[in-house]
Amino acid sequence: MPIHSDHIKEKLNAQFGDGIISWDASSDILALEVVPSINLKVLTFLYDEPTLGFQFLTDLTGVHYPDQPGKEIGVVYHLHNLKENARLRMKIFVPIEKPDVFTASGLFSGANWMERETFDFYGIHFIGHPNLKRVLNVDEMDYHPLRKEYPLEDQTRIDKDDEMFGR
Amino acid sequence: MPEQANIVLPEGSIEKQTTRLNLGPTHPATHGVFQNILEMDGERIIKTESTVGYIHRAFEKIAERRPLYQITTLTDRLNYCSAPLNNMGWHMTCEKLLSVKTPKRVDYLRVIIMELSRISDHLICNSIVGVDAGAYTGFLYVMQYRELIYEIYEEVCGSRLTTNMGRIGGFERNFSNTAFQKIEQFLEEFPKVWKEFENLFMRNRIFIERTKGTGAISAERALNFSFTGPNLRAAGIDYDVRVHAPYSSYEDFDFIIPVGTTGDNYDRFMVRGEEVWQSLDIIRQAYQKVQSFKGAEAEVYHADAPEYYLPAKADVYTKMEALIYHFKIVMGETEIPAGEIYHSIEGANGELGFYLISDGGRTPYRLHFRRPCFIYYQAYEEIVRGTMLSDAIITLSSLNLIAGEMDA
Repeated sequence: MPIHSDHIKEKLNAQFGDGIISWDASSDILALEVVPSINLKVLTFLYDEPTLGFQFLTDLTGVHYPDQPGKEIGVVYHLHNLKENARLRMKIFVPIEKPDVFTASGLFSGANWMERETFDFYGIHFIGHPNLKRVLNVDEMDYHPLRKEYPLEDQTRIDKDDEMFGR
Repeated sequence: MPEQANIVLPEGSIEKQTTRLNLGPTHPATHGVFQNILEMDGERIIKTESTVGYIHRAFEKIAERRPLYQITTLTDRLNYCSAPLNNMGWHMTCEKLLSVKTPKRVDYLRVIIMELSRISDHLICNSIVGVDAGAYTGFLYVMQYRELIYEIYEEVCGSRLTTNMGRIGGFERNFSNTAFQKIEQFLEEFPKVWKEFENLFMRNRIFIERTKGTGAISAERALNFSFTGPNLRAAGIDYDVRVHAPYSSYEDFDFIIPVGTTGDNYDRFMVRGEEVWQSLDIIRQAYQKVQSFKGAEAEVYHADAPEYYLPAKADVYTKMEALIYHFKIVMGETEIPAGEIYHSIEGANGELGFYLISDGGRTPYRLHFRRPCFIYYQAYEEIVRGTMLSDAIITLSSLNLIAGEMDA
C-alpha cells in the first residue's frame, strides 16, 4: 500500500508550516522545497515519523543556478521508503556567498561521502560533518569545478600547444 | 605518540607500536586505484583511511555540454564490467524524459543483454573473491564464458568492453542470427560451468573458513550506509529495483530475489552466485518471448521516435525528413524537453541512478550519476575495523568495488 502524496503533504505542512516553501508533483517523484535552516529537522521527521518512514537515502547531490539570486546553490536529497516503496525528493537552496547547510551524516552514514562529493564540486559547507574534505579532487584545488562559472574548455581553440595529445 | 591513539593498553604493559601500511594505490590485491592507509597492530587492522584515488574524469561536467547520445559513451566507463547495463539505464532515462514508449520486443532484447552483463559482472566478482582466497583456477575457467558474452555484445553492437550499445528507443540494428546462436550456446553450456565453479567453492572448507564471518555488515548498518544490490541483499534486505520499480517489462518475468542473512563475504558470494542462476532463467524466458513474436512484430528492434532515433541510411539519401532528422541527431541539435527526472535500474552492483535536470536546451542542465560503488566504499572502514589484513583484502573484492564507478 503506497503512501499517498496527500498524506505526506498533510503531515509535513502540519509539522513545519511555513518551513515548507513549495510542493511539486509535476515530475516523476513528489518533490518539496524547504527552508535551508530546517533541512535536518525535516529529514529527521521524515525518518522518525512511523507513517512516513523515509529511512533510506538514495542520493544526495548539488546543483548550481547562477540566475537565482540568493538561492544559487541547491542540495537535492532523494529519499526512499523501502517498505512502502515510496520516493521523495527534497530540495534546499542557499546563497552562494554563504552556502551553509546542516549535515545529514549523523542520520545517514551513507551521506558522509555524498556530502564530501557535493562539497568537493559545489563548495557547499556541511555544518557538523565529521570529515569535510575533498573526496575526488586533490586537496590543493582552490575552486569547486561543477559550478557554472567554470566553463569547459572550448573544443575549437587552436592556441594550445599540447605535445602529448596534439590538437 | 599519535600512532598509538587507538590502542588502549592495560596498565604496566610493555609499550606497543602500531604500523602504518599503505595498501594501494596500485596493489595487485586491490584490483584498481584504491589507496587504503591502514593502521595495524600486528596483522589486525585498527583504522583505515580510504581515498578513492585521483582518477576523476569529470563526467558530470562533460555531460553538461553533450547531447544525449554523446553521453552514452560516458556511461560505458562507469562500471566497465557491465557496460551495457549502464547504456540501457541511460537510454531508459532519456526515454522517460522524452516520453518514448518502447515495443515489447525491444524490452525483452534489452532484458537479455542486461542479464548477460549482470552475469559477466558477477562472474568477475565471484571469481576474484576466489583468487583473493588463493584459488586461481576458477577465475581462468569462467573467463571463457565472459569471452562468449563479449562475443554476443560484439555481434549486437560491434564492440566488447565499452559497448555504446543501443539507441534511445531500442537498438541500432536487429540481433543477427549469429547473436541468437551464441545466446543459445551460452544458455546451453554455461550452467554446467557455473555449477562446476560453485562446486569448487561452496562447500570448500578453506574457502568457507576464509569467508564465513569475515567482512560482515548488519542489515541496519547496510541500510544506513545506503547499500543496494547484492551487498544489501546479502545482509537480508530484499530490495531489488527490478521488482520495486519494474522497468523494461521486468514485471513479465518470473524470478526469485536471493537474500543472505549475515551480510558477510560468504553470503555476498552466495547471493551473487544465485543471482547468476536467476539471470540465466530470466534470459531463457526472455529468449522464448522474443522467439514467440511472429511476422512483422518479429522484426521490431526500435521504437517509432524519429526525432531521437537515427533513420536508416537508405532513407537519409532519399527522403527529406530523414535527412533533417539525421543531421539534427548527429549534430546534437535536437532540443530536449525541460524537466527533472530520476531513473534507476538494478545495476550489477546495486541501484544505478540517473538524476537528470533539463532546462529545455540541447544538453542536460545537470546530470548526476548515483554510483553504487562510491556509496559502498565508505562503509569499508567500518567493515574491516578489527579484522585481519587478509580478510580485508577478500572484503574489498567481495564488495565488488569497480574503480570506474567510484568517480563520475
